[in-house]
Amino acid sequence: MNRINKKLQEDHKLLSIYFTAGYPETDDTVSIIQELERNGIDFIEIGLPFSDPLADGPTIQESSTKALKSGMTTNKLFEQLSGIRQSVKIPLIIMGYFNPILQYGVEKFCKKCGETGIDGLIIPDLPVDVYNEEYRSIFEENGIQNIFLITPQTSEERIRFIDSVSDGFIYMVSTASVTGSTSGFSPETRKYFQRISEMKLQNPQVVGFGISDEETFNQATEFSKGAIIGSAFIKHLNHNGKNKISDFVKTIRPV
Amino acid sequence: MSYQANEKGYYGDFGGAFIPEMLYPNVEELRSQYLDIMKEESFQKEFKALLRDYVGRPTPLYYAERFSKKYGTKIYLKREDLCHTGAHKVNNTVGQILMAKRLGKDRIIAETGAGQHGVATATVCALMGIECIVYMGEIDIERQAPNVARMKMLGATVVPAKSGSRTLKDATNEAIRDWINNPLDTHYIIGSVVGPHPYPDMVARFQAIISEEIKIQLKEKENRENPDYVVACVGGGSNAAGAYFHYLDNPDVGIIAVEAAGKGIQSGESAATSALGKEGIIHGSKTLLMQTDDGQITEPYSISAGLDYPGVGPMHANLFRSGRGEFISITDKAAMDAGLELAKLEGIIPAIETSHALAIFEDRKFKKDDIVVINLSGRGDKDLSTYIDYFGL
Ligand SMILES: Cc1ncc(COP(=O)(O)O)c(C=O)c1O
Repeated sequence: MNRINKKLQEDHKLLSIYFTAGYPETDDTVSIIQELERNGIDFIEIGLPFSDPLADGPTIQESSTKALKSGMTTNKLFEQLSGIRQSVKIPLIIMGYFNPILQYGVEKFCKKCGETGIDGLIIPDLPVDVYNEEYRSIFEENGIQNIFLITPQTSEERIRFIDSVSDGFIYMVSTASVTGSTSGFSPETRKYFQRISEMKLQNPQVVGFGISDEETFNQATEFSKGAIIGSAFIKHLNHNGKNKISDFVKTIRPV
Repeated sequence: MSYQANEKGYYGDFGGAFIPEMLYPNVEELRSQYLDIMKEESFQKEFKALLRDYVGRPTPLYYAERFSKKYGTKIYLKREDLCHTGAHKVNNTVGQILMAKRLGKDRIIAETGAGQHGVATATVCALMGIECIVYMGEIDIERQAPNVARMKMLGATVVPAKSGSRTLKDATNEAIRDWINNPLDTHYIIGSVVGPHPYPDMVARFQAIISEEIKIQLKEKENRENPDYVVACVGGGSNAAGAYFHYLDNPDVGIIAVEAAGKGIQSGESAATSALGKEGIIHGSKTLLMQTDDGQITEPYSISAGLDYPGVGPMHANLFRSGRGEFISITDKAAMDAGLELAKLEGIIPAIETSHALAIFEDRKFKKDDIVVINLSGRGDKDLSTYIDYFGL
């Protein structure tokens, strides 16, 4: 069984971290992954930096801009990750915008991910219908799970369609917003979490966007399998570099 | 084969809607309704009335006698520079504000580079009493102070885009982010034939009034509806899309698209997307765009802020790839000289964007009795300081 599906069967709420590859320093990628695993993170989203990340707020965009400026590329990311499976066991997902993947070649990219031990991809600007018609077989042949987003505005019919195309989990965007922009969840947001949970989808849901501390993590996972933290972790990196990751994790999930 | 968009918003290989799920409801709401709304009689009536009484249409089709003589062919100028606010951009914003009202939206956002589209959007928002927020790159705000002042005077809020390269593409990113954050009450008025489907097609249809009028006017003047060539500058490509629209599927009419070569195609400072771009995705559309081998979008350069966009609309990418359109790139210098020449020969000071289209005649020769229509997309008022600095006037 795939690492992601296996992880999703574990009997606890999952905590996932997003960080931008090649940030704060170009060569930090692998050591950050290892440090996150050591601190009990359940799975990781590795951001492939892009010049124009439409769905991201300023925190993640700035980290991408800096990573690109200091020379991060798709090839470099794969170089850094080669051999990662000798030390890291948890699921690894690459989150990247479609254009850099298109330029690399979708098939080549998926193949490279498969060889490297990447389990899944999140490509926010690759719509589910285009994926389904044009790319699904390439992903499946290489054993790469594609993770789709839903939002509070996504219709029930579309959620069911996304569920039928998905294998792994559904990325539930907490509010209609770009990354990094909320503080605490409103009662409507929590109702939305509940509404989706009551749809009894075949894929578990993991919440992302706007999670920054223990309280928001607990709210997000009340009705879902887990939650993903991005901007709050990037802010930690801004201030501390790759040090004190254990302190950050303790603010979300105290021991 | 048609050069118009198909029902999925594709022009050949190009177009579509590559958008994050957060945008899907907004874009889908528009996509599922725009054609029906545009077909409504009441919509057409209101649109046409505003174009006539507010924008000042039809704009003249003017035979440029001295300019024609100089280049030994028959050149007509479609005078979009005489539109209210000084460029073709307002045709689109009038259409989209009526669209927004019918969709029940009470907040408008827009991006702008030079400020022309921002001014045209602020204008129609003032006209309708609707809140208007314009995103503009921090660098462009410094470069285009008069247009920033105009937008403010018209009641718009101008928000500096501080991310990335702080120019047009980043202003577009910020506008899209705003739309993600405000999915229910807001309509995004895109300023060119770019962005996810249905924008390229919708904006082209609003600009199509340009070629609709050319047909009627040319019939009156030359007793024929079709010129031999129609010429327009291409930034994103909206004035060009409007000038070509009713001729796209008519092989008797040559289509000439003029891009900004900046300091020269090989200089590293250029905006000639057809020459330098590769297929990829920008702002939700699959099209040709300037990018690194790694798929990072690069910053274009042109002396004219309105042509300073790293992509082109999918219609134009298809015109280029299929060979239907002839693409010419013009340097800063050739454009500036052509602008000055038109001023001297015809008493018309064109926008620097438009000057690129006027500059093709030095190298591209036409037959004596060819009829060439140039879309004179805008007037040069906004560019006076650039002309002054450049020529030491
Ligand atoms: C006068 C004029 N012409 C052309 C353009 C380029 O836009 P498009 O290619 O969409 O017509 C602009 C943009 O600001 C403009 O102001």
